[in-house]
Amino acid sequence: MIVNLIDYLKARPATIRRFCYGGIAVIIIGSMILVDTHHAHTWVEKHIPGFWAIFAFLSTIVLIFVAGWLGRSGIQTREDYYDR
Amino acid sequence: MTGSFIHPALILIIGALILPFIREPFRKPYLILVPLLTFCDVLYLSQHPGTYGVVTFLDQWTLTFGRVDGLSMVFAFIMALMAIIGTIYGLHVEDEWQHIAAWLYVAGSLGVIYSGDYLVLFLFWEIMAFASTFLIWFNKDKGSLAAGYRYLLVHTFGGVMLLLGFVLRYQATGDLSFVLLDEHNTGLYTWLIMAGLMLNAAVPPLHSWLPDAYSKATVTGSVFMCAFTTKTAIYTLARSFAGFDILIVLGVVMAIYGIIYAILENDIRRLLGWEIVSQVGYMVAGVGIGTALAINGTCAHAFAHILYKGLLFMGAGAIIQATGQSKLTDLGGLYKKMPLTLFFMVIGGISVSAFPLFSGFVSKSMIISASFESHLLWAAFLLSAVSAGTFLVAGLRLPYLIFFGESRCSSATWEKAEDPVWNMRMAMGIAAFFCVFVGTCLPFLYGMLPHTEISYHPYNTAHLAETLQILALTALGFFLFKDRLMATSTISLDLDWFYRMAGRAFLWTAQNPLQWLDTAWGAAYRVVGLVSLMTIARFSAWFDWHGIDGVVDGTARIVRMLGGKIAFLLQRGQIQMTLYFTISFAALFLVAYVWL
Repeated sequence: MIVNLIDYLKARPATIRRFCYGGIAVIIIGSMILVDTHHAHTWVEKHIPGFWAIFAFLSTIVLIFVAGWLGRSGIQTREDYYDR
Repeated sequence: MTGSFIHPALILIIGALILPFIREPFRKPYLILVPLLTFCDVLYLSQHPGTYGVVTFLDQWTLTFGRVDGLSMVFAFIMALMAIIGTIYGLHVEDEWQHIAAWLYVAGSLGVIYSGDYLVLFLFWEIMAFASTFLIWFNKDKGSLAAGYRYLLVHTFGGVMLLLGFVLRYQATGDLSFVLLDEHNTGLYTWLIMAGLMLNAAVPPLHSWLPDAYSKATVTGSVFMCAFTTKTAIYTLARSFAGFDILIVLGVVMAIYGIIYAILENDIRRLLGWEIVSQVGYMVAGVGIGTALAINGTCAHAFAHILYKGLLFMGAGAIIQATGQSKLTDLGGLYKKMPLTLFFMVIGGISVSAFPLFSGFVSKSMIISASFESHLLWAAFLLSAVSAGTFLVAGLRLPYLIFFGESRCSSATWEKAEDPVWNMRMAMGIAAFFCVFVGTCLPFLYGMLPHTEISYHPYNTAHLAETLQILALTALGFFLFKDRLMATSTISLDLDWFYRMAGRAFLWTAQNPLQWLDTAWGAAYRVVGLVSLMTIARFSAWFDWHGIDGVVDGTARIVRMLGGKIAFLLQRGQIQMTLYFTISFAALFLVAYVWL
């Protein structure tokens, strides 16, 4: 059952993509309209609409690039490093 | 001992000692019965808080084996529950030693949780470290023996720091009780105790043992290990170091450090290990904040974490057991072969990522809210950023690289891949159930938290909107930069480099200069020592031959016969087994001494 469902979805990547973009838009717009930000903890949450969306997107990119940069700077090495 | 108090750890220890004598068809029911009894005992104690099992030791120290209060209750509950789940997961394992080691390990953890003073704490602390080492050694894979020794040495080092710490504290204050330490009146002992406890919580720079050991343990062993050591350490930190500001910094550093290494990692269990480091970072930060909400959040997060991380390790174990592969570069596209494992791992993944209705949502947010309320904005924002990273790694990267994407499996791996046996599925099902139950039925978890005066409501529009935004945009980030998150066949160097290289230097010293000294000493001994020894030997041979032989001969034959059998059992030439027996006997003597 699970396999069939995944195969069904995998066969329709364009639909999935459109659905996901739609979902993201609904979440961001919904958050702007529905949430009362008067009691938010910080200034940024009160005054920047969709703050957490921007924040999460930037954090993800920063994490991916910092990790990649650290890895290339010599942290990542061959698998038999300790076996010599 | 008080009449109505039976220590839950005692049930597991006695259960473990009897286990070798239980045969099929009673073995499987017995394996479930013992942790179940332990769990019932913990439940019974939760209804009767108080102090039990107070013993006077050597006439001057008071040992407290059973301090049952709000903080110990919630931790004992989840440890006992995880013991049941873990044992069910390992039900198919024939080797009783693995079950014995796992149960003694859980017993150590429960003993620490109920202990009221440093002596008892230390006793169970060492039982934990020692028993869990065997969960690594029982794995026959290449590298496990060495990883086990590294684990044991690192934890011995941590134990010695803890020992030094509380002995110095005893000298300074004359007090051995295990209570909250004073932040404004610290001494060397405060930091030594903290370092000893932090090593078990895998706080940087004392963290490298965790991914190293957990990726080398047996399939069932790692399920136990991922739950007990770090969360028991969190309990001890919450007990003795709540409100120490340095822990906030260390916790946040830990959360970020762990998630960055998890992004780079190729081995599934090392990846999950790094994520433990990251998640335990939230708890350490929560302990550091130290307010009632933060401590409640720490307990709730430890509770939720044990369940979903256990579930993820069970899923990883199912993959390793079926395919024999543990590297993301050798897996991929497995949803066709292991759909149930996929299902359970996704539940674990979205629980750790704090999806609404799952356990992480109701626990992690308490710690972040507590940091906002204590005006620690930097900590709150950094921890929120890490929760995006958590979803990126456990909710997206891990399932994508194992189950979706292109298959990098060899044809042999692909053939072997299948969903695990019934008991492993059942254990995963129970853990998955609790992940959802904790996330949907709030009173279940919140009713157990130590600070009952606090009320917290995770399901409000602002929090839901915040979480959904974080999840949605992290998913978008993953989709756009997926190519940068692919697995590469590399390892990531970490701080264990220092002690591994130091060990190598020590080995070189032992093999070269020291070996030369030994050879020289041997030569000198042969020349000087042997001549005198031979003279004495000739005399005693003469005396023996003529005097004693007749009497002794009969006795000797019997001793030799018995001795041969015992030696065959006890000395199999494996240093691990010899160690195991030696320490077990020492522990038995100690237990006998205290109780009798």
